[in-house]
Amino acid sequence: MRFVLRRVAFFLLTLWVALTLNFALPRMMPGNPALAIIGKFKSGISPQAVKVLEAQFGIETHQNIVAQYFSYLGNVATLRFGTSLTTQPGASVGRIVLDAIPWTLGLVGVTTVLAFILGTGIGIVAAWRRGGRLDGLMPPIFVIMTVIPYFWIGLVLILVFGVKLKLLPYFFTYNFSMTPGFNLAFIGNVAEHAILPAFTLLITTIGIWILTMRNTMITTLAEDYVRMARAKGLPNHRIMLDYAARNAILPNLTGFAMSLGFVVGGAILIEEVFNYQGVGYLLLQAVGNDDYPLMQALFLLITVAVLLAILISDLVTAVLDPRTRGAT
Amino acid sequence: MAIDTGTGTEPSEPTAAIPAGQLQGLPLAGAGGGGIAGARSLRRMGRAITSNRKATVGTALLVLFILVGLFPGVIAHDNPQAEIYPRSLSPSAQHWLGTTSFGQDMFAQVVWGTRPVLLIAFGVGILATVVAMLIGVAAAYLGGTWDGVLNVITDVLLVIPLFPLLIIIGSYLHGAGTAVMIAVIAATSWSYTARQLRSQALSLRNRDFLNAAKVRGERPLYIICVEIIPTMTSLLVAAFLTNALYAVLFSSSLQFIGLGNPSVTSWGTMLYWAENNEAFQTGLPLWIIVPGLCIVALGAGFALLNYAFDEIGNPALRPVRSMRRARVQRAR
Repeated sequence: MRFVLRRVAFFLLTLWVALTLNFALPRMMPGNPALAIIGKFKSGISPQAVKVLEAQFGIETHQNIVAQYFSYLGNVATLRFGTSLTTQPGASVGRIVLDAIPWTLGLVGVTTVLAFILGTGIGIVAAWRRGGRLDGLMPPIFVIMTVIPYFWIGLVLILVFGVKLKLLPYFFTYNFSMTPGFNLAFIGNVAEHAILPAFTLLITTIGIWILTMRNTMITTLAEDYVRMARAKGLPNHRIMLDYAARNAILPNLTGFAMSLGFVVGGAILIEEVFNYQGVGYLLLQAVGNDDYPLMQALFLLITVAVLLAILISDLVTAVLDPRTRGAT
Repeated sequence: MAIDTGTGTEPSEPTAAIPAGQLQGLPLAGAGGGGIAGARSLRRMGRAITSNRKATVGTALLVLFILVGLFPGVIAHDNPQAEIYPRSLSPSAQHWLGTTSFGQDMFAQVVWGTRPVLLIAFGVGILATVVAMLIGVAAAYLGGTWDGVLNVITDVLLVIPLFPLLIIIGSYLHGAGTAVMIAVIAATSWSYTARQLRSQALSLRNRDFLNAAKVRGERPLYIICVEIIPTMTSLLVAAFLTNALYAVLFSSSLQFIGLGNPSVTSWGTMLYWAENNEAFQTGLPLWIIVPGLCIVALGAGFALLNYAFDEIGNPALRPVRSMRRARVQRAR
């Protein structure tokens, strides 16, 4: 129980830090850049939204900074993020963000689960066949895979499958001439548009699952209970899965719980390269247009997702591995 | 994790892309006084570079890029920014990689673009490692409340998603030059390595040679600098490699989305201009492929070196073949 309370307290602390960063960053920058932009676009915004922005960025307000801070916290707590200035002028930030979330969840969420399952499986086999040709080649290849910028792999795939072979579409979430609806043609079109970005994400993230699984499992394979299982004459697949893999999968499981938090903001550059209209693409739109209210709301969303996932993964670990409960 | 940052590889991911130095296993510490252990571990590292193939390849890549970054003028005679040639030329004897759609020599851009990337890599590598070292060692050595406070700061920074944070800061800064880029990335990315250095320093806390120094009446600063830090040389190198790799990936990604200073020639800004001018659709694929390959090669240099040191520190990870070789050597 103490462990749970401590993790929850840490979650609240980090949440507070993220909120405060959001509040403090524009004020720390030379010349408060938000001031100019908001001043320029203020005329098209409802007075109510202007009030929210005033507290958030400290413009033209007569409140002192402490009062601004508290009204900012109050606005966030009641989910009032103000209005988009330039991306979709006048539209509520919350509305724009809600429209983008399903695309990201669909694309990145499905791919993350797939990468975890495939990567863990390959890692188990690689550790089991240790010293084989596959195993000798894999670590260096995956070390290199993990240093390739996501966005560049995306660009190369666009070149090969989009521009040269003309096999797959590489722009947008679906063909905008179609009417969105629950029919086969539309769903097929959406899936087609997701293939390239999903594949990009898969090949860049799978390496870490393989490496972690392989390396942990190599350690478990040297344990006495594995030797015992062999001595008992158990079939190989039982030793591999029930004895070695089962005890080695914990780091991957916690990693998986955490990576679910990165689903929301984890593919910013891939979405950008493919013009895939999810959260990351929206964030870069907001950045490119100096749409600070939208940008701040997205940063908060991405951060909260990560923090929640970390909290959950901590709790999952505590349930699965009693040894961690005592540790800090 | 991953680094990727994305750079894609989002470095704040829990599972770091490179199994950054679990070098604690190296039996460096116990071996007597500080300075000797430091020199010894450096020598050990030198031997590792020649005996481990991954380390050799990594070192070769780094040396190559450092030479290019130091003497770009020797290799490429063109001014990388000058728009003096016909536009969008294909590769030829005069222009090995062709020209951009502005009429700049692409090869000269790649060569001159090495320097800013290396500056950022080494700048962040050193700066972030120093910060991590100061905070990690101070937390472990001082203990108590100090440890608690520094730990919480480290942990908080560790879980805040770094790449989105860098994007936000970059958007307020409007075109960050090399120095600003180094400062911002170093200030936000030290926490991962600080954790590792702290646990190493913690494991040293009750060693005899430290107690001896305390009994001699040495000041804490002396003990930290002369007794503790030299025993962590290998871990510091691993931290440097991790931070430098993140810096390469982060800065290239930020430059790619236009948050760097677009008038500086570097690989990331090349990609930015190439993407903005639809290099693929206009038949200039090299404009995107070559700078990307350079980023991968430099990143691989740092990562391979780090992975090799990791293997050396944790024999369980070594390829079976080399374990057999080691056994043969020992038998001799």
